[in-house]
Amino acid sequence: MSAPRRIVTPMRRVRGLGAARSGTSHFWLQRVTSVAGIPLTIALIVIVMALMGRGPAAVAQILGSPIVATIILLFLLNTAYHMWIGMQEIILDYVHEDTFKMLSLMANTFFVVVVTLASAFAILKLSFGVN
Amino acid sequence: MAELEARARAGASRPLSPHLQIYKPMLTMMMSIAHRITGAALYFGMLLFAWWLIAAAAGANTYAGFETFMGSLIGRLILFGYTWALLHHLLGGIRHLIWDTLHGLEPAEREMLAAATLIGSIALTIVLWVVGYLVTGGPR
Repeated sequence: MSAPRRIVTPMRRVRGLGAARSGTSHFWLQRVTSVAGIPLTIALIVIVMALMGRGPAAVAQILGSPIVATIILLFLLNTAYHMWIGMQEIILDYVHEDTFKMLSLMANTFFVVVVTLASAFAILKLSFGVN
Repeated sequence: MAELEARARAGASRPLSPHLQIYKPMLTMMMSIAHRITGAALYFGMLLFAWWLIAAAAGANTYAGFETFMGSLIGRLILFGYTWALLHHLLGGIRHLIWDTLHGLEPAEREMLAAATLIGSIALTIVLWVVGYLVTGGPR
């Protein structure tokens, strides 16, 4: 026997694990971020509509105000999880070739982290007023 | 037995379950597909949102470039599609949350919910754009 001995049966090993190897935690997190996303998205629409057509100085000032900045940071954090899980689900549904699947999942993570961090940095810069 | 296993490994001609094209398109099915497509569109739409925030943080000149793009015909079309995708995914998400509670799953109810998602998202998009143009003159 060259393979290491396992006490657990194969069934025990795979039970509760999906294609992403993490069971139902993503299913639940997708629901949590959906519920949180409802008020956050409505708030975001209100913010965007209120800022439309205003000059850059007013936009920068309002985006950086504590309440607006906090709402947008919450929206970014919530959306980051939601879009990451959602795209992962799409990739796992359609991409079957192992190497390409792995690279796609990696690209998903990179995209979400970069977009979220860049957005959050912009909000923090506006909020702390380092212009 | 060994032969069967070898064939299974090789992915030999095993029968597959029928795929999408064999079914008559139904509203609930189209809404399910639309939910996924709008989700994927919003995923890449976050680039636009990031651009907006970064432009605002970068200063007046960069922000003017963003406004020029959003005010152009293609920019307005993208923003209009973005609005509808966001509202459709939002309403579709609420529909899924209702289904998660095991409500609204009867045939008539789920048809009604699917129609409400579609009509609601289109109506809300138009309302938001009318309000947007009335209040602010639209994206510049």
